[in-house]
Amino acid sequence: MTAMKKLLYTFTLLLLPVFLAGCESKLLVFDPKGPIARSLTDLIIYSIIFMLVIVVVIFVLFGYFIWKYRARKDDGDFEPKEEKGNHWLEITWFTIPVLIVIALMIPTAKTIYEVEDVPQGYEEEEPLVIHVTSADWKWIFSYPDQDIETVNYINIPADHPVQFKMTSAGTMQSFWVPELAGQKYTMANMQTELYMVADKPGTFYGRNTNFNGQGYAHMTFDVEALEKDDFNEWVNDVKNTAYDLTEDQYGELLEPSVLGRMTFNGTHLDWIDHAHGGSEQYIDPELYKEYHQEGFQDGEVPVREIEQSGVREETDNEQETHQQHETEASEQGAHEHHDMEQDSESDTADHSHH
Amino acid sequence: MTFDEFFVTGDPLILASQIAIGLTLIGLVALVSYLKRWKWLWREWFTTVDHKKIGIMYILAGVLMFFRGGVDGLLMRAQTSRPELQLLDAQHYDEIFTTHGVIMILFMAMPLLIGIMNVVIPLQIGARDVAFPKLNALSFWLFFAGAMLFNLSFVIGGSPDAGWTSYFPLAGKEFTPGVGNNYYAIALQIAGIGTLATGINFVVTIIKMRAPGMSWMKLPIFVWTTFITSIIIVAAFPIFTVALAYMSLDRLFGTHFFTVASGGDPMLWLNLFWLWGHPEVYIVVLPAFGMFSEVIATFARKNLYGYKSMVYAVAGIAFLSMLVWVHHFYTMGNSAAVNSIFSLTTMMIAIPTGVKIFNWLFTLRKGRIEFSTSMLWALAFIPCFTIGGVTGVMLAMAAADYQYHNTMFLVAHFHYVLIPGVVFAVFAGLYYWWPKMFGFKLNEKIGRWHFWLFVIGFNLTFMPMFFVGLDGMSRRMYTYSESTGWAPLLGLSAIGALIMAAGFAALCYNIYWSFRYASRDVGNDPWNGRTLEWATASPAPEYNFAVEPQVEQLDDFWHKKKQGKTGLKKSELKSVHMPSNSWTPIVLAVAFGVVGFFLVFEWFTLAVIASIGIIVGLVANSFDYDEGYHIEPEELEEEERKWRGDLQ
Repeated sequence: MTAMKKLLYTFTLLLLPVFLAGCESKLLVFDPKGPIARSLTDLIIYSIIFMLVIVVVIFVLFGYFIWKYRARKDDGDFEPKEEKGNHWLEITWFTIPVLIVIALMIPTAKTIYEVEDVPQGYEEEEPLVIHVTSADWKWIFSYPDQDIETVNYINIPADHPVQFKMTSAGTMQSFWVPELAGQKYTMANMQTELYMVADKPGTFYGRNTNFNGQGYAHMTFDVEALEKDDFNEWVNDVKNTAYDLTEDQYGELLEPSVLGRMTFNGTHLDWIDHAHGGSEQYIDPELYKEYHQEGFQDGEVPVREIEQSGVREETDNEQETHQQHETEASEQGAHEHHDMEQDSESDTADHSHH
Repeated sequence: MTFDEFFVTGDPLILASQIAIGLTLIGLVALVSYLKRWKWLWREWFTTVDHKKIGIMYILAGVLMFFRGGVDGLLMRAQTSRPELQLLDAQHYDEIFTTHGVIMILFMAMPLLIGIMNVVIPLQIGARDVAFPKLNALSFWLFFAGAMLFNLSFVIGGSPDAGWTSYFPLAGKEFTPGVGNNYYAIALQIAGIGTLATGINFVVTIIKMRAPGMSWMKLPIFVWTTFITSIIIVAAFPIFTVALAYMSLDRLFGTHFFTVASGGDPMLWLNLFWLWGHPEVYIVVLPAFGMFSEVIATFARKNLYGYKSMVYAVAGIAFLSMLVWVHHFYTMGNSAAVNSIFSLTTMMIAIPTGVKIFNWLFTLRKGRIEFSTSMLWALAFIPCFTIGGVTGVMLAMAAADYQYHNTMFLVAHFHYVLIPGVVFAVFAGLYYWWPKMFGFKLNEKIGRWHFWLFVIGFNLTFMPMFFVGLDGMSRRMYTYSESTGWAPLLGLSAIGALIMAAGFAALCYNIYWSFRYASRDVGNDPWNGRTLEWATASPAPEYNFAVEPQVEQLDDFWHKKKQGKTGLKKSELKSVHMPSNSWTPIVLAVAFGVVGFFLVFEWFTLAVIASIGIIVGLVANSFDYDEGYHIEPEELEEEERKWRGDLQ
C-alpha cells in the first residue's frame, strides 16, 4: 500500500528539522549563562532524552505494525483473530510509564526546591536585592540599598547572587530572563521572588511573557552583568548624575506607555510598595480608553518621552553626563541592542543573536 | 454611545468582511425565500427534537466556526511571517488571537464533538433518542445563540481582546474598557448553559436508555468516553458558570471579585478558570479517544485490544483531570511543595494515556489494516499526538516550566495535543459516520488530498513553534524584530498554515462533490462495522430501530452478522412512540441571545424587558402537554422494506 509508505516517509521527513535544529546555533534556553538557568537546562535535557526514547519506541512500533499488518490483495481477505488483551503486556506498559514518571519526578522536585533558594556556592554572599515593579508596558527596577531606580534595564554585579522581589502596579506580567533564571509572574498586591546569578559580564535578554495589552510585545528589558567594580562605579555615577525620582514623575511613569531606558536617584519604595496594595490610585481607566480607541496607529509604537525634571545634586553638564552614561551602559555588553530612547520608531521585541 | 463605538469601523479588512457577511446573509435569506423553504426549515430543522438532526446542525455550526477561527489563525501567522510586518496593529492582533482561541475550543471543537455524539450515541446504545429530546434542542440553540452573539462582536461593539483565558486584572473594565470582554462573559455564559444541559442529558441517556442486555462492560468504547466526558462536563462547567457570573458582575456592575482595587483577587479568576479549563481539555479529548478506538478497531478488522484497561484508563484520566489545574500557573509563586505535588499529578496523566496508545498499537497488530480516509486520520493521530504528549510531560515538570511557560513552546504543545487529539478525530468521525448521517460516503480520493494537505500543513505550522519558543519568543506577540532570528522559522510556519487551509478547502469541496455526485447506494453497513449504529438504515430513520435491539455481548452487531442473525420479522414490529417537535427551544434561545446583547451594551432596561421573553418561553414550556406521536407498524414496515431484503 503506497498510502502507508507515504505516511512513514512524511513522518521521518517531519522529524528532520528536530535533529537539524540541534546542530544550529544554540537556542536561548539551551545556552544558560548562570547556575540557576543551568540547572533548568540540565533538567530539560535530561527529560528530552527520556522523551526521545519514548517517541522512538512508539514510532518504530507504529511503523512496523502498520507496514506488517496492512491489508494485501493476496491475503485472501482473511479474518484477523479477536484478542481480548494480555495481562502481562498491559501490566508492562503500565509499569514502564510509572517508572519513567518516578525517574522524572525526583530531579524535578530537587530542581524546584533548588531554584527557590540562593544557588550553591553563593550561600556566603549577601544577595543584592532588587525590587521589580511591572507596569503597562515597562519594567521598573528599584535598588533599595543603593537608593536608585532604573526603567527597562537592570545592572547587576556578575558572579554575585541577586534576589528579585517582584510585584506589579496593575495587570499581571511575567518576568523572564531565559539565559539566567527562567520566569515568574508579577502581580499587584502580591510579592514573588526569584534568584539570579550571571557567571560573567554580559548583556542578557529579558521580557514579559504574560499578555497585558497593546504594548505587550514591546515589554522587554536588558540585564547587564558588570564586573563588581564597574557595578559600584555605575552606582556612584547614578548617584552623582541622575535626577531624583518625584512622586509626580512616578505617577507619569505608571501611565500606560512604552518607554525607553531611564535612570533615577531614589526609589518609589519610599512612598509605595505595590506588593502591599495602593496601586489603584495610579490606575486611570480614561487613559486605557484612549488607547483602546486610538490604538498603536499604523503599526507605529508610541514610545513616550518623559521629561526628567526636578531636583538634582549637580547642575553642570547634566544632560550630557546623563546621556553619556546611557550610551556607556548599552555598550557594556558585547551585543548590539536597540536603545529605546534613541530609536523610538519601531522598537519591537528584541534580542540579538550571535 | 456614538455610531463609531457601536459599529466597528475604520479598517478596510473589517469593512470588507462586514460587507461579505452582509451579502452572504442577504443571499441566504433570498435563496431560502426563492426556494420557498422557510416552512420546511422551521418544521424539519428549527423545531426538531431528533438527535440526528440536532447533531447535524451542531456539525454544520462547528464547520462554520472552524472557518472563522481558521481565518483568525491564518491572519496571525501572516502577521508574524515577517519581522515588523504591519498587516495588523497590536489591537487587532490581540482581538484575533482571543477570538481564535475561544472559537476553536468552545465553538468549533465542542459542537463538532457534541454533534457527532448526538448522532452516534443513541444509535450505539440502541435507543430511539436521548433521554430529554427537547432539552437537547435547547442545548443546541443556546450554544448557537452564544456563538452568534460572540461573533457579532466582530461587527458591533468590538471583539474581546484579553486572550481566550481572559486573565484578570487585564480583563477588568479599568484595563479593557470596550464592550469586547462583555461579549466574552455573556456569550460564553449562554453557550455554557447549553453545554451543561448536554452533559446532564448524556449522563441520563447512557444510564437509562441502553438497549436490553447492554450492561456496562458491553458498552461501545465511544459510549464509555462520552459518558465519562459528560460527567466531567457536569462537574466542571458549573465552575465556569460561576466564574463568568463574577466576571459579568465585575464588568457590568462594578463589583470587586477579581479587581486590583478594594480587595479583589485576580488569582481567584485564574483558579476558577483553570478548574474548569483543564477538565475542558479532557472534555474535548476523551470523546475523540473514543472515536479513534471505534475507527481503529473497524479498519484493523479486530476488536479493541484491552477494552477493560481502556475503560479504566479513561476513568483514570477523568479523575486526574480535576487535580492538575495549578500546572497552568507554576510560575505564580506557589511554594515548592505545591509545585511538586501538581507536577506529580500532571505527569501521572501520562500513564493512562500511554496505556491507551499501546492498546491502539496492539489493536493494529495482527489485524488487517485498511487505509480508508477515516483510518488515515486515526493513524496520523498516533505519532502526532505522541509528540504533543511527550512535550506535555516536559511542561508538567514545574522547574522546567520556568523556561516554557507562556512561550511558543507551549503554543506548539497544545496545538499538537488538540489538533491531532480533536480535529483529526472529528475528521475521522465525519468520514466514518457520514453515510449514517446522510446516506452517502464522502469521496475517498478528495479525502486523501484533504488528509495529506492538512497533516503536512499542521506539522509545518506547529513544529517550528517549539524552536522559537525555546529561543525566547513568548506567545501573543504581534511583532518582533529582525535581530531575533525567528523570521525563517515563523515564515515556514505561515506556509504551513496556508497548506492546512488548503486541506480545509479540500474538505469543503469534498462535502460539495459528494453531496452532488456520490453514490446513494451505501447499504446499512458500508464499513463492515462492529457496533449497533450499523444495524439500521443509512441514513438512520427517525425512529432509529424498527425493533429495540437485544444485546448479548460487546460488539454485538459484529457477532450477530457472523451468525447471520440481523434479520427482522414482521411480527416483531410494534407501534413506536416519538416526541413531537417544539418551538420553545429556539424561541427561548433567541430571547437569551437578545437579553445577552442588551447586557453586553449595559442597556439594562431593555435587558429586563427582553427577559420577559425567557420567562414566557419557560412558562409556555411548562404548559406543554404534548404527548408525542406514534409510528404504526405498517409505516415501519414500509420504511424498513426500502433497504432490508430480509424482512419476513
